[in-house]
Amino acid sequence: MTSGHAKDRQNTKIMNRFDLTKRMVGKLKDEAVIGGIGNSNFDLWSAGRRPQNFYMLGSMGLAVPIALGVAIAQPKRKTIAIEGDGSILMQLGCLSTVAIQKPKNLIILVMDNGMYQITGGQTTATSLGVDIVAVARGLGLAQSNWAADEADFEALFDAAMKSDQPSLIASRIDNKPGVTQTVRDPDLIRETFMRGIGTKEVW
Amino acid sequence: MPAASDAERPWHEIVLATLKANKVQLVTYVPDNVLKPLIDAIHNDPFFTAFCVTREEEGLGIVTGAWMGGMRGVLMMQTSGFATLPNAIASLAVPFRIPVLLIVSERGTLGEFNYGQALVCKTMRPVLDALAVEYHGCTRLDELEQIVDRTVRQAISTQAPACLILSPLLTGGKVVKK
Ligand SMILES: Cc1ncc(C[n+]2csc(CCOP(=O)(O)OP(=O)(O)O)c2C)c(N)n1
Ligand SMILES: [Mg+2]
Repeated sequence: MTSGHAKDRQNTKIMNRFDLTKRMVGKLKDEAVIGGIGNSNFDLWSAGRRPQNFYMLGSMGLAVPIALGVAIAQPKRKTIAIEGDGSILMQLGCLSTVAIQKPKNLIILVMDNGMYQITGGQTTATSLGVDIVAVARGLGLAQSNWAADEADFEALFDAAMKSDQPSLIASRIDNKPGVTQTVRDPDLIRETFMRGIGTKEVW
Repeated sequence: MPAASDAERPWHEIVLATLKANKVQLVTYVPDNVLKPLIDAIHNDPFFTAFCVTREEEGLGIVTGAWMGGMRGVLMMQTSGFATLPNAIASLAVPFRIPVLLIVSERGTLGEFNYGQALVCKTMRPVLDALAVEYHGCTRLDELEQIVDRTVRQAISTQAPACLILSPLLTGGKVVKK
């Protein structure tokens, strides 16, 4: 699945962000998850509260850098970043930084709906020929793959959890907005997250 | 009181030692010529985890994640790099109360030869003021250790980002060689 048959954006199934996020969350124990701007973190929130989740309220494009920082600070904890295609396109250089730093514990999930869904559905470059997996590989992230369908997404995620290299899994998704919206309280989000990953005392 | 020898220690040795004394371990940067001796010395010191990032925003995100994960960090850049940061400072560092330390090598003043740099420099303090981010201009060797040390401590105690502006009066800056 991680190698073998060639997969590109065209021949993958169109899936749903909330469904994939639920499948991913269902496999987690104490891993840290960083939800990118908008729908990425809305569906992470909707998939069930976890104190090890961090929800971005702005800073478009910074889910992967934030996750890299957590991964460096806590090398024993797997850290997962969830980003939209528009967001990853805004900060592509961070993929080269991840490739060079080679954190053993970082997984990047790209939810590619080919649009800036939350701002009105404007087309992104991924609808016009840009293949995020090919870009990521070109930036040095060898372990980058398209998920062909839900079962393949789960298999790629399981493999990424066992891997000692950073991985990127891109999934083509539909145009559904996030199921519910995250509570917009930055203090509460950060405090809960730091307690959830053991850097602040719980009292 | 700063050590008596501070008049002889170069600025970058003082900054490195003070970061280290405050356990600021993660260093991200976008290169700058004036910062070169500091960047080189940090890379040569195994205490630090240091690497170059592709954009300053990226470095701010990395240091933010590291702070939440329990590691202190700094982002180093030149003035033009700071000018790419207001959105990330305003939507991440300030509202989430992340004590990321920003060290800016000040270009655009005291002998600048590039008009663009001079204009970019004019935007820095108004942005810091607008976001109520604590900042200090560093101009003198004898004050440097105290400013760096107190700024890091205050940032962490108050859970707020802070910025140190390294003036050409301290570093020599970058001038056109005749
Ligand atoms: C720097 C910056 N530019 C623009 C925006 C407006 N904006 C917010 S979310 C978004 C689209 C994000 O697209 P994508 O990551 O693909 O997520 P989707 O909405 O498709 O789920 C845009 C353009 C912003 N918040 N910040
Ligand atoms: Mg999108």
